[in-house]
Amino acid sequence: MSYNFKEEMNKPERLAPGHRMCAGCGGTIAVRAVLRALHEGDKAVIGNATGCLEVSTFMYPFTAYEDSYIHNAFENAGATMGGVETAYHVLRKKGKLNETYKFITFGGDGGTYDIGLQSLSGAMERNHDFVYVCYDNGAYMNTGIQRSSATPMYADTTTTPVGSESNGKMQNRKDLASIIAAHDVPYVGQSTLLGNFKDIHTKAEKAIYTEGACFLNIMAPCPRGWRYPTQDIMKICKLGVETCYWPLFEVDHGKWILNYEPKKKLPIEDFLRPQGRFKHLFKKGNEDLLVQFQQEVDRRWEELQFRCSRY
Amino acid sequence: MAVRERLSGNEAISYAIKQVNPDVMPAFPITPSTEIPQYVANYIANGEMDTEFIPVESEHSSMSATIGASAAGARALTATSSCGMALMWEELYVAASNRLPLALCLVNRALSGPININCDHSDSMGARDTGFIQIYAENNQEVYDNFVQAYRISEHKDVRLPIMICQDGFITSHAVENIELLEDEKVKGFVGEYEPENYLLNPEQPMALGPYAVSNYYMETKMAQNTAMKNAKQVILDVGKEYGELSGRSYGFFEAYRLEDADYAFVIIGSAAGTTKDAVDQLREEGVKAGILKLRVFRPFPDEEIAGALKNCKVVAIMDRSESFRGKGGPLGAEVKAALYDHAANVRAFNLIYGLGGRDFTVEEAKQIYRDLEAYDRDGKAFEEYRYVGLRG
Repeated sequence: MSYNFKEEMNKPERLAPGHRMCAGCGGTIAVRAVLRALHEGDKAVIGNATGCLEVSTFMYPFTAYEDSYIHNAFENAGATMGGVETAYHVLRKKGKLNETYKFITFGGDGGTYDIGLQSLSGAMERNHDFVYVCYDNGAYMNTGIQRSSATPMYADTTTTPVGSESNGKMQNRKDLASIIAAHDVPYVGQSTLLGNFKDIHTKAEKAIYTEGACFLNIMAPCPRGWRYPTQDIMKICKLGVETCYWPLFEVDHGKWILNYEPKKKLPIEDFLRPQGRFKHLFKKGNEDLLVQFQQEVDRRWEELQFRCSRY
Repeated sequence: MAVRERLSGNEAISYAIKQVNPDVMPAFPITPSTEIPQYVANYIANGEMDTEFIPVESEHSSMSATIGASAAGARALTATSSCGMALMWEELYVAASNRLPLALCLVNRALSGPININCDHSDSMGARDTGFIQIYAENNQEVYDNFVQAYRISEHKDVRLPIMICQDGFITSHAVENIELLEDEKVKGFVGEYEPENYLLNPEQPMALGPYAVSNYYMETKMAQNTAMKNAKQVILDVGKEYGELSGRSYGFFEAYRLEDADYAFVIIGSAAGTTKDAVDQLREEGVKAGILKLRVFRPFPDEEIAGALKNCKVVAIMDRSESFRGKGGPLGAEVKAALYDHAANVRAFNLIYGLGGRDFTVEEAKQIYRDLEAYDRDGKAFEEYRYVGLRG
């Protein structure tokens, strides 16, 4: 699959401007990047779990989606799109529909890692032919930056506030991509917003055009929740990858593939320092917290390298 | 020729589902409705119908997927009971507010706790304000007939609301009775093809469903739902009449059993109406003018018609098979009393609670209640305002 940045960027947008997402929102950039991977001429039904994206892109009576769209509730984006996709096959079988449709659902980490995990797991196990995209900004941003199971350790959130007795969230983040890969689905990809968007585009295209249930986990920074200058989003994403906090990999029909290995792995401080939610880690006396954070990043990176080295 | 058979309530509705052959059925097992998806899955496995069955991982997902399928343009349904319906609560409102004409085959069962798998109406009565049409059955024949009529009502352009076809857990769902089935072609002809106007998979016109609508739009959506529910009244009558022409069995909002000249009447829903009919027949032989209003349609609520049918009674017992914990009676009691008040029907009405969690309701108990109504009316003997029937001694 050859990739031409200019060509892709000149495609008509399937998420129209005029929606109400924040300036510099990683979620919006991720949605546009994924939808660009739809082949022109193919129709689509786009789904949403309840979240920032939903309340900002389909506020009655305006929809920002050029395609058909369904939002149902917070915890059931997987099941809902499973129903849509099944209906598609029935209508095709009965000769009531000839067009090709693709099905893509977006959920934030709250709707995906937490409250929607059962519905997602069921839809993945039943192998509905659709793509579930998690735009992971590591907290419940829509309701005001509450911790989720995707929130990294020590992050300062409104339900894990840093205080005299607290260093923020006490637990490690859930490894959702591995959990979904363990469902034996055809394709899982982890990506973020990088450079010319080739990585996310390639993975989105694979996910959309691979038959069966596919999953994309996209780190989509939230400038409000992460507290960095809005214009720095691409730098933050790059640091996530270069520190191996957010490695780029895919699991293609069970085969683990590492897509990028930094020549020189950067220390985790480089990713954490620009973000206000980790400010307390850089206070005198908290050096051990940074060491622990680094150890966890290293452990996960080594585990991933090991998984990918077996193929 | 109609087919004479012997089927349980679950078999009867499954057979109707097979004949209607809807497009998509997601479902999750729960006693006592489990058999419905089992029968459907078997019909599919043996090539007798081509519905797509989705074996979901919970009832929340079964209603979610049913909503997705219906929104996409398919004729969809699911089946559940009790806590299964409680788990899909949120989704019942979503289905109704999205104006999706999907069907829910509900086998009524008590809600936990304590956990209890037997019949009462607390599941569907709790869901009375969700925006679903609710139709109840006394026996297996009615379950079958109600399902055959379901989509004609729910998909009607003046209605477009989800529909709940209810039957009593075990008493109806698992008891085998004689039943008369229509021929496949007759059912297919009666129900017709589903031709949605707006749907996700319409290549000519994309559709967006499930918006965020704040206070400047929300209230109008509720008003629109209410208008549709009111419209459903005429549609239910028309479909019930047309079904009568097809099958010989006509349906309205309720069955008035020996009610015409009755002094004392029950208002009751579901299988216990059959028990009460026996009691009424025996009492009539004794000269007691007993009658029954067996309510079939609870949503929309036919208040004017109920008040009209009861207005000449002397005393009425409103029989609730669920609690509302208002300390004064159940949901049916509240609504029937309101109907009597609104339509100036000056009838004394008491509210009784019976049959919770499958507690048996007997002919003798029904007769005793009629006798108590008569004693209250004739001799001024006190009648406990709000009482439980058949409690342990």
